[in-house]
Amino acid sequence: MTMDTLHLPFATKRASGARFWRNLSFWGLLPSWLLMGFALILPIAIIAAVSVATRGAHGGFTWDFNLAGYSQILFNEGWTGELEFTPQYLMIIARTFLLAGATTLICLLFAVPVAYFISRQPPSQKAILVYLVTLPFWVSMILRVYAWMIILGKEGTLPRLLENLGFPPGMSFMFNDGATLTAMVYTYMPLMVLPVFASIEKLDGTLIEASHDLYGDRWVTLRRVILPLTAPGILAGAILVFVPSLGAVLEPTLMGGGKQMMMGSLIQLQFGGGRNWPFGAAIAMTLMAVVLIFLIFTALRSARKETAK
Amino acid sequence: MTQPKAIEVKSVSKNFGTYQALKSVSFNIGSNEFFTMLGPSGCGKTTLLRMLAGFESPSSGSILLNGREVVDIPPHRRRVNTVFQSYALFPHMTLEQNVAYGLENLGWDGARIRARVGEMLERVHMTVMAKRKPAQLSGGQRQRIALARALAPEPEVLLLDEPLSALDLKLRQAMRDELRTLQRDTGITFVFVTHDQEEALDMSDRIAVLGGGEVQQIGTPTQIYEEPVNRFVADFVGETNFLDVEVLEVAAGQATVRMPFGAVFTAPATGHTTKGRATLSIRPEKINLGDQAQGIAFEGQIVNKNYMGGYTHYTLNVRGTELRASRRNASREGDTIESGATVPVGFVAASARVLAA
Amino acid sequence: MSTGHDVKRYPGLGPLTGLFFLYLYAPLAVVVIYSFNANRIAGVWTHFSLQWYSSALNNAALMNALKTSLTVAVVATVVSTLIALAAALAIIRGKDVRFRKLSETVVNLPLLLPEIVLAVATLILFSLIGIQNGMAKLIIAHSAFCTPFAFLPIRARLQGMSLDLEEASADLYASRWTTFRRVTLPLIFPGVFSGAMLAFLISMDDFITSNMLSTGGTTTLPVYIFSLIRSGTSPELNAIATLLILASLILATAALLVAARGTRDNA
Repeated sequence: MTMDTLHLPFATKRASGARFWRNLSFWGLLPSWLLMGFALILPIAIIAAVSVATRGAHGGFTWDFNLAGYSQILFNEGWTGELEFTPQYLMIIARTFLLAGATTLICLLFAVPVAYFISRQPPSQKAILVYLVTLPFWVSMILRVYAWMIILGKEGTLPRLLENLGFPPGMSFMFNDGATLTAMVYTYMPLMVLPVFASIEKLDGTLIEASHDLYGDRWVTLRRVILPLTAPGILAGAILVFVPSLGAVLEPTLMGGGKQMMMGSLIQLQFGGGRNWPFGAAIAMTLMAVVLIFLIFTALRSARKETAK
Repeated sequence: MTQPKAIEVKSVSKNFGTYQALKSVSFNIGSNEFFTMLGPSGCGKTTLLRMLAGFESPSSGSILLNGREVVDIPPHRRRVNTVFQSYALFPHMTLEQNVAYGLENLGWDGARIRARVGEMLERVHMTVMAKRKPAQLSGGQRQRIALARALAPEPEVLLLDEPLSALDLKLRQAMRDELRTLQRDTGITFVFVTHDQEEALDMSDRIAVLGGGEVQQIGTPTQIYEEPVNRFVADFVGETNFLDVEVLEVAAGQATVRMPFGAVFTAPATGHTTKGRATLSIRPEKINLGDQAQGIAFEGQIVNKNYMGGYTHYTLNVRGTELRASRRNASREGDTIESGATVPVGFVAASARVLAA
Repeated sequence: MSTGHDVKRYPGLGPLTGLFFLYLYAPLAVVVIYSFNANRIAGVWTHFSLQWYSSALNNAALMNALKTSLTVAVVATVVSTLIALAAALAIIRGKDVRFRKLSETVVNLPLLLPEIVLAVATLILFSLIGIQNGMAKLIIAHSAFCTPFAFLPIRARLQGMSLDLEEASADLYASRWTTFRRVTLPLIFPGVFSGAMLAFLISMDDFITSNMLSTGGTTTLPVYIFSLIRSGTSPELNAIATLLILASLILATAALLVAARGTRDNA
């Protein structure tokens, strides 16, 4: 580069336009790289290091290499130093996956028919319905979780309603996995409906007619035409719901109570009251690894589908 | 050419990676000329146009605009304006603002801009729509605004990138006449790019036929159509019959050839013609049938007949060689020429052309 | 009237969609209704009252949290929108960009990683390098995770905008700066606006990161609400929630109207 600019003035003069754009690209991207480098990449590198550091005596950590953070996920160190298997944290990891998976599935079951119905409405009503789907998403997440606490809580709407219908008083629906799941489905629903709607909207209506013309009934058409053609939107929605569900913190903390933890709330606890940073960092690394493997897997799959086309 | 040169393209090449879009292209365009670059898609015509505008720079070679080298001059410093294929009207500005845009950037004062914008809108019959936005216009109206916008700054050269391709047939014909008139009235050099040969023949002073990144032929519409210099030009512009012939003798732009079915005659030939194998190009409308047959005469059998109203197209079999002919239906005489019939066929030797094989 | 032959119609979807919207809005409606309830116990209705609104508006801690949230959100929105705009221009309009794909992934990185991981990682970083100022910590972290939300709409808008328009501007004697100011920016403005709105919303809404980084003096609104919820639901909280829901709905509608106008102009 330098050699060229020094010795070939004609060549560089001709490329002056291109060079301007190259500089613009450089200056345009520099702030992003600086911000993300400092506030994202550096912290991730540090937490990776902390996950193999040693827990300090009074919270914090020391820079001594130690895999205790990871082994603690599976084993408990007894009084004499021997490791004994504990399923406690594995249960939390399993619950995290189950709840995130269930959230994704329930959102999907709602989203496909609703998105299809909306896509079939006349344009003016369609715009209003899409607006109504997005609207709750603008309301603060903590308030949307809170709304369910009011409904399901001990003095809440649902127990009162059931009491009036003759059920025994004082029923509570809070502090269990069902409550957590209810709040998660509610908070992530718009993330599923919107991409599914976008891909159903793009679906050419004459394809549905062609399927019926070729003797397919509604069910066959749904299974063999509509669903395959909207698969990219469904996959996008599934990713948008599944990934943040895996890292949910508010829902298990508020709805599940102290006992029914997920990985997100477990991590938070280690950096809050628990004060075991290496262990928290190890769980965080595990969660991040799971999410990245899932994302890379789906990215590779869709890339392979693209090339197959 | 005695005219001053508006544009000189000198040995311009353009590579995109390993693909060579233009291979050392050279030609001149005269002032006040309506010059057309004609060719199939991928022939390099749009690349050349974008180089004239300044959006691309040649890999090698130079481009002179009124005698000044412009390769290093960015688009906004070239007194050249473009009518884009998509029209590229700014959707957020009114028509008036669109037309004024270039003048504002040139630093004209307000009063002068207003006067010029009014004049241009008048010229393209869009005065009443001045305050509208492009989204509210039809295709033809957009086209006219794009023209007004590009002509308002009185460019040295106006570049037109397939501007008629988005219009429907009727409108296209009307716009051809309008463009031609505008060019004559303004006296601005027009460089027009198209893949439509009829458009090129209709409007141009001169045409450059491009193919495979090279200039195949430059000439007036008549020269291009009647005196193609090679198979590519003869084939791309209009329809033609190609016959394998044997050249017996070459002299002074004429060649004596033997047809596959025996006839021997002398016809105009390109400069490269030598003895031996060659191609004879003869256009279908130059081959006459039945009562219209004249010149080199022979007989042929009608294999297929397509009645088109004003014309009838025939496919003939002349001793194993297939020939296409078309006959103007000046009377209903042709009704009697039926498939399977054997009819007299003939053409005037001067209307055929001998090309390299 | 028979709809029997409309093959694109699936029976039962209408009522299902109706239920769906009931499910979306009923919880919010419950909060709003209880906010007007005079009774201290949320689930028991006694009579209509505005007392919880007056106590909410006189709550100094709430107002402080609101001020903190607004300050962080406004600064983070400006920073992230500018960074995102620069990045989108470079990625979509730049020629010969090295590391184009990688740069785009880096800009979008906050979307790919679980927020709780980023939150604790940032917490460790700040404690290691010793940044004490709570406001600075919040602004840096918020700017980072707001950037992709600002970036995506700007990028989409820029990509949807034909290069012809910028070329036409250059053809009509406009310098690069003039082209940016008079053609590019006005045309991508709806994208920039949506991006900024999203960034603002995400910042205002954030709990996970703010909860990790907040210090005594810099409690954000969601963190404050969390502490209220933790200390037991109260009607005052319902009043606060109602006010915030109202603000969100107004903001969302404004954003939608601006975006719709932008689309119509450029049809």
